[in-house]
Amino acid sequence: MKDHAAPHMTVNGTPVTLGCAPGRRLSEALRGELGLTGTKVGCDAGDCGACTVLLDGAAVCACLTPVARARGCRIETVEGLSRDGILLGLQQAFQRHGAAQCGICTPGMLMAATALLRETPNPTRGQAEAALGGVLCRCTGYSKIIAAVMDVDLSAVQAMPETPGAGAAVGARMSRLDGAAKVAGSERFGADHCPEGALLVRAVRSPHAAARFHFGDIAEWVAAQAGDLLVLTAADIPGENRFGVIPSFADQPALAERHVRMRGEAVAVVAGIPELMEMLDLGSFPVTWQPEKELTTPGTARQAGARSVHPERSDNILITGKVRCGEPAAAIAGAAHVATAEFRTTHVEHAYIEPEAGVAWMDDGILVIRACTQAPVMDRDDTARVLGLPPEQVRIIPSATGGGFGSKLDLSLQPLIGLVALKTGRAARMVYSRSESMRSTTKRHPARMTARIAADGQGRVTGMQFDGDFDTGAYASWGPTVAVRVPVHASGPYRIPHYHSEARAVHTNGPVAGAFRGFGVPQAAIVQETLFDDLANDLGIDRLAFRRLNALQDGDRSVCGQELYGVGIVDCLDALRDPWSEAQRVAAAMNARRGHIRRGIGVAACWYGCGNTALPNPSTIRVGLTPDGRLVLHQGATDIGQGSNTVIAQICADAIGLPVAQIDLIGPDTAMTPDCGKTSASRQTVITGKAAMLAGAALRADILARSNMGDGARIVLEGTMLHVTDGEERRSIALSELSVNSRGYAIMAEQSYDPPTLPLDENGQGSPYAVYGYGAQLVELDVDMKLGTARVQRITAAHDLGKVINPLLAEGQIEGGIAQGLGMALMEEYLPGRTENLHDYLIPTTGDMPEIRSILIEKPDPEGPMGAKGLGEHVLIPTAPAILNAIRDASGARITRLPALPHRVLAAIRAAQGGQADG
Amino acid sequence: MSSYHRPDTLTDALGVLAETGAVVAAGCTDLFPATEYPELTGPILDITAIDTLRGITQTEDGWRIGATTTWSDLRVAALPAAFDMLKQAAVEVGSRQIQNAGTVAGNLCNASPAADGVPPLLALDAQVELIGASGARRLPLAEFLVDVRQTCRRPDELLTAVHVPARAGHGNSRFLKLGARKYLVISIAMVAVRVVVDDDTISDLALAVGSCSAVAVRLRDLERELIGRPVQELAGGVGVAQVAACLSPISDIRADASYRSEAAAELINRALAGIVGTP
Repeated sequence: MKDHAAPHMTVNGTPVTLGCAPGRRLSEALRGELGLTGTKVGCDAGDCGACTVLLDGAAVCACLTPVARARGCRIETVEGLSRDGILLGLQQAFQRHGAAQCGICTPGMLMAATALLRETPNPTRGQAEAALGGVLCRCTGYSKIIAAVMDVDLSAVQAMPETPGAGAAVGARMSRLDGAAKVAGSERFGADHCPEGALLVRAVRSPHAAARFHFGDIAEWVAAQAGDLLVLTAADIPGENRFGVIPSFADQPALAERHVRMRGEAVAVVAGIPELMEMLDLGSFPVTWQPEKELTTPGTARQAGARSVHPERSDNILITGKVRCGEPAAAIAGAAHVATAEFRTTHVEHAYIEPEAGVAWMDDGILVIRACTQAPVMDRDDTARVLGLPPEQVRIIPSATGGGFGSKLDLSLQPLIGLVALKTGRAARMVYSRSESMRSTTKRHPARMTARIAADGQGRVTGMQFDGDFDTGAYASWGPTVAVRVPVHASGPYRIPHYHSEARAVHTNGPVAGAFRGFGVPQAAIVQETLFDDLANDLGIDRLAFRRLNALQDGDRSVCGQELYGVGIVDCLDALRDPWSEAQRVAAAMNARRGHIRRGIGVAACWYGCGNTALPNPSTIRVGLTPDGRLVLHQGATDIGQGSNTVIAQICADAIGLPVAQIDLIGPDTAMTPDCGKTSASRQTVITGKAAMLAGAALRADILARSNMGDGARIVLEGTMLHVTDGEERRSIALSELSVNSRGYAIMAEQSYDPPTLPLDENGQGSPYAVYGYGAQLVELDVDMKLGTARVQRITAAHDLGKVINPLLAEGQIEGGIAQGLGMALMEEYLPGRTENLHDYLIPTTGDMPEIRSILIEKPDPEGPMGAKGLGEHVLIPTAPAILNAIRDASGARITRLPALPHRVLAAIRAAQGGQADG
Repeated sequence: MSSYHRPDTLTDALGVLAETGAVVAAGCTDLFPATEYPELTGPILDITAIDTLRGITQTEDGWRIGATTTWSDLRVAALPAAFDMLKQAAVEVGSRQIQNAGTVAGNLCNASPAADGVPPLLALDAQVELIGASGARRLPLAEFLVDVRQTCRRPDELLTAVHVPARAGHGNSRFLKLGARKYLVISIAMVAVRVVVDDDTISDLALAVGSCSAVAVRLRDLERELIGRPVQELAGGVGVAQVAACLSPISDIRADASYRSEAAAELINRALAGIVGTP
């Protein structure tokens, strides 16, 4: 019998004997017992592949492998890929190609690729896609991962491109500064830090969308368990039991008090030693639920007499956003051409591969929380409020964050682990399961939208009306932002003289809908861009030309009355002209064959205001030189994979005039870095980037002043010496001889930047953003006319970045945004209680992505740093409408409900053909 | 206290099963996703150390596929063209990681309506071999699978092998799976088709459809109708109604029922066209 014996195996060549139970997941044993946290856990169900390791050379999911199965086997993990700490070929290729963004899927990708490359050293694209098809990535869109795998010498150490010299960082195609740890497997995410003796915390959550509840005898339940447990409920919360990203709307309890408003809402936390906690059956926790009738849609929630989710908000309306200019009703009534549509979109899950995780502990009276996040200072202030602490008694150290896309802006486990640490004085750790993450955190707002757009006989858009209900779910979260952003942006980047747009955030008992890449704008863009195709077709004008004709230009006013400059949408549309013609030619040739596969092409555009809507959102950057010659950048912008650690450093380095490689990055950490705000609204490159530019320039000015040199001087940092030269003149500053300030710097600069905006009046008129970015995407796809499936073949994406800080990272943003837009268009539909895992909730795999051609446009913005504009959200917005327009071009199917699943597309094809529609 | 048994002989395994009524574990690709705990709570009988249960052998009356043969084993096995559909299904099971761990027996015993292995094995007239305390028995796969997640395996029995009779090893075959994405996808519909053509006549035909009924099914009526016909007649394709009559699809998050029937018919036609050539 081979049972019971302690499993022996080799892990990365080292013999190992594991003491854990034979039925334990290998992923747990590797991470917990051996401390090999490079192997990541994303789902515990074999759906994401993040935990891929090699077992006798074959890729397996460590989460599905009992340790007994590894007995006598060779296990290889990501930690075994480097040799003596040196990254080898595959890891280098990932770095060179920018294949790691957040890095949470990277270990799984690297191991799956290693198995492939040993068998097939020069794989085809198809082989690479198939081999990596079992590892999900939510950031990259896979393009750069596949490119890296196809460009590698597995064992050799290859020469890496040199980092740019002084003054040459901005615009350089440089690898991420924080990339080495991601490809080495040494990056520390939320679940990777486990202090000795930490308690494990788990939450008791509601199985009902709406219910009253009361607890039974908790003390008796605790006594019946196998060891000491601590149970905390709302009654134990010392502060104000309400949080929310917008303080004036804060309404979400950390632990529900008497009733729950959504499925997955926490009502209690249980803490104890991990051995006890991890096998605890929370199903036996003494809580009794009295379910109430739930409000599932804004339609029912707005009906007269509907129960109030929050009694103080009448008709369940959280807020209404409005923009109005001109006389749209009259413009539409008298128009030559009018197009109308009604659309429905669904809940979309962020599906980052890292479920929420973190640990809290007390450090000399300060509550320290190290967790994944997009917004450390907001976390600090909100957690402090819930726990009744002054903000300065809470310190947030963001862990590496394995994707966020908006959802990790909101608090999740911070107040829960903070509460346990505060009550016990012990470290308290929490790691959400995949389903817990999906049940309890925010989603993209489902929208029901109607719109009318009118054009004159020459094809000029004359008026538009838009009305939308956005299901904001049980709590406010970012509902107000969505309701305000949508009317501002629903026009698209087009001139519309007469415009009325209204969006309501409506409470239901659905999941909390919050921020998700685009804040409601992607939903609205679907309506507007579909109607633009209607109008162009009606007018008999080429669809691209119709958009070009109506595109905003410098000096035009937006629907908010804001005069715009640095408007790059025309440039983006013009960049698509040749690809559009070529795509039309190819489609015509293909469709002449009259098979059941029809080629279609579609185009859609976007614009997006960077930063908060008409509200302050400053960033502050500190940079200094220490007496021992370190150039330290306090970079408080959380890098969730999008690249701010690299981009901010590039900008700052060039502003100073020193090589970016000399920068020593610190942070983010609320105790170490000034506030750079949240990583959202495509604001970090623009706002924190500008603060970095100003701080760098100030540091440079200080150095030049000390050396009495002019602007054109060259600065060199060598050891503890600064050498400043200008022509023949050369002066040196000995940093070690300067007096240091209270922060320990010999020379230091700190600068803040808050983009200038003007508030919106009651008609939504004003200047809500200082900087906008623009883009347009061309989709070529094939529709199977008999199965209703759509296969996107190519997307050409032209985006105006104002100034490209880092083309490698910019392309990565475009490719990743497109992947999310494609998922939203074709497969993603979150249904509470039905799709709370990554096999029922589908996101694109390697095999679903098209070829992506990025065209980076630089139309400088007058306000942005070095002319730069934001990009992160823009890239997702045009994808879904361009796909829908292409489906229609191919098949005639007009899709008005997302996602465009095969059965819906087939029904729409039938409807277009005059047959019966059933969906 | 959990107990985890991993014997290396069938006799020991049957002893454990009789004694403990353990949950049988093979690839664990269904067992672990069913729990959020960090370990499988026992009693567990892990049958992957029993060497005789793994691998594919040619026997006097056909082929024997051992219970713990993985999908990756199948993918590279030397088998006649009649098994192509099984190999094509093997590379569509989950991902490479799943194919390296998941087993044929596990796929059958888990009895999902969307089990990728079932349609091709049905189209190969597969029989399952069950061994228990009271001896061994064989029964057709179609009988073994009773309903959604239900088989007629007795608690003291192990599914030890799948047998494909020699007569089913003829012809050419194809498997087609339709899902909303490329990899790691639960199918909306899938078909397995095996055709034997003699002198331009369809001498044998097997049509199986999965994900369109509680248990994947063979389309026996349609098969009977087509066997003996000239192969050219397949060019016209089978009708949706003929296929739908054999199915009982449900509407769920992946597709509605009527779509499933239509898609199944279309997939059958494409599989047939792929085998006999499009006219």
